[in-house]
Amino acid sequence: MKRDNRIVWINRLLLPLLNILTAFAVTAVLFWIIDVNPMEAAEVLLYGAFGYEEGIGYTIYYATNFIFTGLAVAVAFHAGLFNIGGEGQAYVGGLGAGLAILMLDPTLGAWVFIPASIIGALIFGGLWALIPAYLQAYRGSHIVITTIMFNFLAASFMVYLMVHVLRDTGQMTPQSELFPTNSWMPFMHDVAAGLGYSIEASPLNLSILLALVCAVLVWFFLWQTRWGFAIRATGKNGSAALYAGINPKHIIIVVMCISGALAGLVSINELVGYQHRLIMDFHLGYGFGGIAVALMGRNHPLGIILAALLFGTLYQGGAELAFEMSNISRDIVVVMQGLVILFCGALDYMYRPWLIRHLAPVPKQEELSGVAI
Amino acid sequence: MSDLFLTILLTLDATLRVSTPLVLAAMAGLFAERSGVVDIGLEGKMLASAFAAASVAAVVGSPWAGLGAAIIASCSLAMLHGFASITHRGDQIVSGVAINILVAGLTIILGLAWFQQAGLTPALDNDSRFLSITLPFAEQLAFIPVLGPIYKELISGHTILVYLAFAFVPMVWWVVYRTRFGLRLRAVGENPTAVDTAGLSVVKLRYKALIIGGVLCGIAGAYLSTAHNAQFTRDMTAGQGYIALAALIFGKWRPLTVMLACLLFGFLDALAVRLQGVVISGIGEIPVQFIEATPYLLTVILLAGFIGRAIPPKAAGKAYLKER
Repeated sequence: MKRDNRIVWINRLLLPLLNILTAFAVTAVLFWIIDVNPMEAAEVLLYGAFGYEEGIGYTIYYATNFIFTGLAVAVAFHAGLFNIGGEGQAYVGGLGAGLAILMLDPTLGAWVFIPASIIGALIFGGLWALIPAYLQAYRGSHIVITTIMFNFLAASFMVYLMVHVLRDTGQMTPQSELFPTNSWMPFMHDVAAGLGYSIEASPLNLSILLALVCAVLVWFFLWQTRWGFAIRATGKNGSAALYAGINPKHIIIVVMCISGALAGLVSINELVGYQHRLIMDFHLGYGFGGIAVALMGRNHPLGIILAALLFGTLYQGGAELAFEMSNISRDIVVVMQGLVILFCGALDYMYRPWLIRHLAPVPKQEELSGVAI
Repeated sequence: MSDLFLTILLTLDATLRVSTPLVLAAMAGLFAERSGVVDIGLEGKMLASAFAAASVAAVVGSPWAGLGAAIIASCSLAMLHGFASITHRGDQIVSGVAINILVAGLTIILGLAWFQQAGLTPALDNDSRFLSITLPFAEQLAFIPVLGPIYKELISGHTILVYLAFAFVPMVWWVVYRTRFGLRLRAVGENPTAVDTAGLSVVKLRYKALIIGGVLCGIAGAYLSTAHNAQFTRDMTAGQGYIALAALIFGKWRPLTVMLACLLFGFLDALAVRLQGVVISGIGEIPVQFIEATPYLLTVILLAGFIGRAIPPKAAGKAYLKER
């Protein structure tokens, strides 16, 4: 194989694989430190995630959230932006979905409610990202810092609304009243029953289809449209894109709105699909998890679906693990997310010099055909 | 009148207590960012050191051992950040986020494995935590109008770490603005190429800055779990690392103004606690969430250039690639 091809293989396959393996290896060491047999843990985890129908349902249900937030982070990454505000955008997106449902006439049909709640989530999530985007594009504030601040602002804002405005009177915990049954995103087990199949009940609902559609749309948008090209060009080389006549300010605004809108859709799966009311903190962890998913999935929709499935597995399997073993909790998934972000993100190129030296060494002087590395 | 005076004093007293970890963490961030390394990981380093301090103090029975463990934990994470973002030139923000998330999970997993309580360490007795110090003559001087109560309630009666934190501020100022190291530190954050040309190692300077930050963050974490509280609890930093980051920006990367920003944010926090459920005549009840959100809102507005301008060190966020 030619050296250039070998380098492509190292970058695209070997490096990501080694990074993920390193994250897994460190997790295994952690298991060993806390006196849990890693193989045994993996067995329990896999059984929890795939061993029975309800478990599989949960796994895919969690993966749905990660697809949304993973896509959200990835779209921004393609423009060279780091949207760390997925948490806040998902939370506020939930407000959009909830308000859309609660304000409509409860006798309306699902064909009104479900599109309305999706549009509500898209708009509110997008708007929550639009402000940081505007501030970055036109006022020069750094998007990372602003989106972090907006996560906290979203949390305070939502607590205020839940406690003072939207709270269902009669309830101790701050939560809205139950959504009308017509507005619920159909459960997968109900749909299957309608089609004559019988599967165990689980929170899995049709939002997974929405997530897959989003993945396809993101792929189409980024790789098949003029806007997508402009976004990727800006991310790869901002000044070259600028000279090609692409306005980076417009890119920031468009990309962040799409990113926030995608994050907002977490609420469709969580609230419209399962909880059926506006609750506090339904979004916790998914926004940050999306960063790990996007990095692991190499910012490609297909990779993101696979990475989301992995994290869904860990989420559901982790719950089983916490149930089976007293000295471990589901937070092991959070540790793994951190490790994935570390090794697939920050230390992405750690092995690269070593791999290049061994697998694709620079040819000796006399063999050089004049092309530099 | 005297009631109001006492209320104000107690609120300011609480302000000092809640500002302490912010001051320490913000000073840590100041060193890192002045050297050109963005430090989102303040939160994680604080949380890790709070856990380390409470665990070791509970086992060994000495707060100083806890403090040592906290500093070691925080510095190890700082070195991890350096390894990823300085040595391997990885994205500084991604590395910081990784540290925050990693620590959030790890403290709970280790707490469960070591103490069989999810996200908790054993409660500390008085021998194994930092206690408040009553300054000399606090009781005797209390009769003096105005100054007496100020001395007794506000200045006296804090743990050693509070005094240490505020003593650090002028020291940080002196190091950053009056020493050779400080000059180089500021230079490496503004123009690393110039520093490199002058024959100094950019990498070494940045690592040094991260180590100093690690020590300060370690003290901040130890303060949370062994002085301000007597136990580690799940996610006990609760965003204070990010508030410190906001204060760092709000104070425009200068030690004294950063301290003032920390005090302002600490005051808002203390005020939120005091105003909980209080009805003020003519205004009504002020929603606590609104006061809690103010630091973040102020930082956003400042960063957007609507009040003054916050300009970060020029090279912050960029890895330095020495030309070959």
